[in-house]
Amino acid sequence: MQNGLRQSPDRNYKDHAVKLTLNQVNFFYGDRQALFKIDIEILTNQVTSFIGPSGCGKSTLLRCLNRLNDLVEGARLEGTMLLDGIDIYGPNVDITDLRKRVGMVFQKSNPFPKSIYENVAYGPRLHGIRNRGRLDQIVEEGLIGAGLWEEVKDRLQASAFGLSGGQQQRLCIARALAVKPDVLLMDEPCSALDPVATAKIEELLFSLKQDLTVVIVTHNMQQAARVSDWTAFMYLGEIVEYGLTKEIFTTPSKKQTDDYITGRFG
Amino acid sequence: MRSPFKKFLASGNVFIWGCAAGVSVSLLMVFGLLLLIVINGLGYFWTANIVELTLKDKQHVMGQLAGREVIPRSVTPDRPEGKSRLRVKIGNRDIYGLDFKWVNDDQIASETYSPDIALLERREWGNMYARIKAVYKGEMLQAEGNDAGWIALAPLIDTTNALYQQITRIERIEIGSINTDIEQARLKIRALEMGAAPDTRESGQIDSLKAQVAAAESRYQERTLELDTLRTQFNEYSVLMVDANGREKQIPVGQIIRALRPNEIGLMHKCWIYLTNVWSVLSTEPREANTEGGIFPAIFGTVMMVIIMSLAVVPFGVLAALYLREYARQGVMVRLVRIAVNNLAGVPSIVFGVFGLGFFIYAVGGTLDTLFFPERLPTPTFGTGGILWASLTLALLTVPVVIVSTEEGLAAVPREFREGSLALGATKLETMLKVVIPSALPGILTGLILSMARAAGEVAPLMLTGVVKLAPSLPVDGSWPFFHFDRKFMHLGFHIYDVGFQSPNVEAAKPMVYITTLVLITVVVLLNLTAIVLRNHLRKKYAGSVL
Repeated sequence: MQNGLRQSPDRNYKDHAVKLTLNQVNFFYGDRQALFKIDIEILTNQVTSFIGPSGCGKSTLLRCLNRLNDLVEGARLEGTMLLDGIDIYGPNVDITDLRKRVGMVFQKSNPFPKSIYENVAYGPRLHGIRNRGRLDQIVEEGLIGAGLWEEVKDRLQASAFGLSGGQQQRLCIARALAVKPDVLLMDEPCSALDPVATAKIEELLFSLKQDLTVVIVTHNMQQAARVSDWTAFMYLGEIVEYGLTKEIFTTPSKKQTDDYITGRFG
Repeated sequence: MRSPFKKFLASGNVFIWGCAAGVSVSLLMVFGLLLLIVINGLGYFWTANIVELTLKDKQHVMGQLAGREVIPRSVTPDRPEGKSRLRVKIGNRDIYGLDFKWVNDDQIASETYSPDIALLERREWGNMYARIKAVYKGEMLQAEGNDAGWIALAPLIDTTNALYQQITRIERIEIGSINTDIEQARLKIRALEMGAAPDTRESGQIDSLKAQVAAAESRYQERTLELDTLRTQFNEYSVLMVDANGREKQIPVGQIIRALRPNEIGLMHKCWIYLTNVWSVLSTEPREANTEGGIFPAIFGTVMMVIIMSLAVVPFGVLAALYLREYARQGVMVRLVRIAVNNLAGVPSIVFGVFGLGFFIYAVGGTLDTLFFPERLPTPTFGTGGILWASLTLALLTVPVVIVSTEEGLAAVPREFREGSLALGATKLETMLKVVIPSALPGILTGLILSMARAAGEVAPLMLTGVVKLAPSLPVDGSWPFFHFDRKFMHLGFHIYDVGFQSPNVEAAKPMVYITTLVLITVVVLLNLTAIVLRNHLRKKYAGSVL
């Protein structure tokens, strides 16, 4: 992990192309450093999860991937982050294009105060799709992709706030899918949901990774073990260990990881 | 161990009583004030019976009872206490000079309500209470005696009222539009003459304009002739009235708006008359130095001013708040600006009036006049008070309220909405327009409601920026360009001041003050209700958002 040694998955490497490459990334909120020398690769069509105790920097890392941290005053990033080989912090990058390619689902479901239809159509409309028939199709695809279509197809014009918590979160997933992203970032998407709604979203992840690369931050280690192919354990802004999920959870190579997943701290 | 008294104090009951007492006292004061205004205002529309009092000195007093009070010591210190006196509206101002008369109870010998007394509502000199003696057409006697005269009078009043409308229409609309044509043609001539060296084409234009003026003037002559004939018809009939003390007075029927015999009409009919009185106050123009007639121009002016003010203040305040909250770097500078904005709300309104006069009227209006209306100078067009400048001055006065509540509305929009929108690839502007501002709309409307309430009640700045006691025409009428933002206007708040404190006939004006106050409060409440309904509708639409 030190001395420029790339932390990358070394098995099944050839089966999947590299989607995101993080090279010696340091991140600062003003004077306070939040991420230290993050140096990993994330693979296409895989689910990668970040686990770790609160405040370890996993959400910060996630928000660096779509440059949402740019909004924070005094935020500063060192090192490079490549998406398909292109630096996302490069000078010619259009942030709106980047965010279109890297979608995000937040911890707290945040549908807009609009109808279900308008929520899903929000992104496509922004990117210039006006044709009603095309929009209808995109909305339907998004809702089907998020497993919500059967539940809401008869009340697309109803307010999104009438949905249950789990449905709202899946609506947010549908909204993110409607702009056809390459990568979907999920910031503790199930932390406010009951077990049934959580199970639905976890099932969804298996189908989503057929088309997308999913990066998920979670507090819940069982969830990470269930849904992800790769897991990174973070502590105090550093990546302690990164590898195949089943190996991390069965034979961790670091003592800290072992302590965390067995519940001795965190 | 605490003493029971300390325990009682600590329980907080006293504190709750204090709070409840504070609320009840405020409520009592508000409702007491409203009740006073409503009772005094609504009582004015009721047509009371006419009483005829015979005094012990054989004098007669005829009129409507307007109140009874215990004689204050200051008036007659020698009288024993407990005696009361009556206030009678005796009308007939042209005979007695005063509308009201005090009659002490112990002077009254008898009190009768005879059904044959007529109440004449007149265009001048207020009401007349008298009996009819005869009706004349010119010098010829048409009907004699009280009852015969009454029967003859009614159709004559209908005719003269119709004639009056016709005369007003010709004077206002037809002659008014002819005057506008003449004025505009003259201004065009003047503008051409003021322009560069006259060439032939221009002098041809001037000639054709002069011909227009001549044609308009001949049309004006025709109209004047028509008016003359109408006026002769209007004053053809007259009625001879005799009052309680036998004094006679002949008045032209044209002077009478309405004749009633209040003592012989039933309750239902009186209720109907009550409603027509209310409607006529709301829909007609003032008469006799604003103490009689209606207050329609003042209602219209108030509402229009508040609407123009709202149209100016909302975009201005919202843009300022958006910049302060969303774009400006939060630091010392922005904090200073916020403090300044909050303090602006505390500046006395007359200071805004002076600013409006200096900046809007003299600087902006004066410049507009020299640039666009040079041919009218030295008569100012925008360089004098008008509804536009008054509205803009009030917009400045109320903009801090809108800024503060919009900022609060924006601050209350959850961060998740913004991030959700940005994460979908929206720019900051798109996020503002599509998510943040719609969610902050209830907050913005709250600011608008507060600012409308403040603006509708402000009088001081208006006195410097364009309000008048009697405006010849409304700011909106049928002549092009329909909206006349340069015109002076009437305002309910100023009307209260003018009628109540500047009127020569204070007693007669008193009910008018109550009515105007009641209407002003109603207008403010209605404007606010509109905004509140709109806000509730939006809240329902964006249900689930924090506001």
